[in-house]
Amino acid sequence: MFESIPNPPPELIKRQYSYLPNSTFWSIRQGFPRQISIVLIIMSLVLPLTVWTIVSTTELVPATFLPTPLAVLSTGITMFAENNLWADVFASCARVLAGFVLAAVIGVPVGLAIGTFHSMDSLLSPLVGTVRYMPTTGFVPLIIIWVGLDEPSKILIISLGVVLYNIIMVADAVKFIPNEMINVAYTMGASRWDVLGKVIIPATFPSVLDTLRVNISGAWNFVVIAEVLAAQNGLGFKIIQSQRLFRTDRVLFCIMLIGVIGLFLDYALKWLSKKLTPWADQVRH
Amino acid sequence: MQDYAIDQNESQSSSETHQVSLNCFPKLEVENVSKVYAGKGKQLLTVLQDINIKIFPREFICLVGTSGCGKSTLLNIIAGLLPPSTGEVLVDGQSVTGRPGSDRGMVFQGYTLYPWLTVAQNVAFGLQFQGMSKADQKDQVNYFLNVVGLENFANNYPKQLSGGMKQRVAIARALANEPAVLLMDEPFGALDAQTKEQMQEFLLELWEKTHVTVLMITHDVEEAIYLAQRIYVLGLGQVKGEIPIRLPQHRELDIKLSPEFVDIKRQVINMMRQRH
Repeated sequence: MFESIPNPPPELIKRQYSYLPNSTFWSIRQGFPRQISIVLIIMSLVLPLTVWTIVSTTELVPATFLPTPLAVLSTGITMFAENNLWADVFASCARVLAGFVLAAVIGVPVGLAIGTFHSMDSLLSPLVGTVRYMPTTGFVPLIIIWVGLDEPSKILIISLGVVLYNIIMVADAVKFIPNEMINVAYTMGASRWDVLGKVIIPATFPSVLDTLRVNISGAWNFVVIAEVLAAQNGLGFKIIQSQRLFRTDRVLFCIMLIGVIGLFLDYALKWLSKKLTPWADQVRH
Repeated sequence: MQDYAIDQNESQSSSETHQVSLNCFPKLEVENVSKVYAGKGKQLLTVLQDINIKIFPREFICLVGTSGCGKSTLLNIIAGLLPPSTGEVLVDGQSVTGRPGSDRGMVFQGYTLYPWLTVAQNVAFGLQFQGMSKADQKDQVNYFLNVVGLENFANNYPKQLSGGMKQRVAIARALANEPAVLLMDEPFGALDAQTKEQMQEFLLELWEKTHVTVLMITHDVEEAIYLAQRIYVLGLGQVKGEIPIRLPQHRELDIKLSPEFVDIKRQVINMMRQRH
């Protein structure tokens, strides 16, 4: 029934297979030893700190340009104890919160609308897509001319910087809902309104929390910009004031303080989203 | 009075008369349904061509076809989720073309349970749109969770269930809504072979208990024969034929090995292989 198979040609007999060489350090999704992981994690923080300490204490770079880590820390303690840095932290946090809430109140519903309805997508996406590429910092002079130098303009700058990302990310989250999840609701007699309220909103809830968590870092960027331009207090104001006084130690401490606040907020929001959505797959980072 | 007596004699038994009269009106009708997509340029892509299907009350019908034969498209048209290019879908004689509703409950292949709702809340999902009171909803949910044997998992979230259990919840959710027809789109396609057979046995028992009208699509010929009373074979967007399954109503899994079963299987496979 079958013809006899001829002997393979000689080049096939000599054929070399290729194998994956062993490697621990460069392993891709093959598991990684915990000890090496811990060593690397420690190194990633300790190494830059060590370099900074060596460079600054040996005065390889003059102390006015790069103060030692300890000097920065003690400056920070002084700022809290004597210069009422708490007031600045509070002022900046309040601005971030206000701008962020405004960006969420506008961005989440608009994002949901774009993601849900083709009509809203066609109507709003071109505008959102275009404005997104216009730098927020470029709008700052206009905002100051239109709104003035008071709190509203700062809040507006922060909101404008964050709101477009909120819209785009929330709209994307809606588009990730499987069609079947929406269709099955229709076959149970749900109206479009029911689908929006009882399927789309709960389904995107974890992604919305994630979006807000990621974008709050953007709010911290824009609060500094807003305060550098026009403010009497706040961490951004402190940074620009310290620059004028050539106090690099203060500048460094304020920057790092914003970093620590951001890290703390990130963990707090992660914890919150875990508490609020126990049903979700906890694979989010 | 006498005429009536003669009538009864002719039709052997009154229960059969009842059966026949019920069967005169199809529960679900698909009339001349076609679906044409605009392809590249001016080319037209015909996915479904002049489909005619009738399903009578209490029937279990399977649509069998290879992947890409248009069977999922057809089921979506029947469910009203996709409009046909031509033709009508009728439920109890009423046109429901392109309009999904609670008369045609659907079970999908993928897991469509809402992960943010518990098992009981998932089953109750459709009931809230009927304006059913909370107490009645609870009774209905408990009843159907009992039917699918998941009463102990009422307060679990879907992610805590296995694949087979999830599909049982999806079936309970569709049934709790008491649809006129239950549509199933390869409901066991994502399950392993053992679970799949268990689910087939479970579904047949469920159908015997509830006598719900079912239209299921599958590419698994054995599954279709085991479950259905009638099979439609679909190929290249057309109904290639209809095969009645003359097996006893109550079937055990072992029936899949019987000569009658294998004969029907041969018949179905031959029809699937035919080229028009």
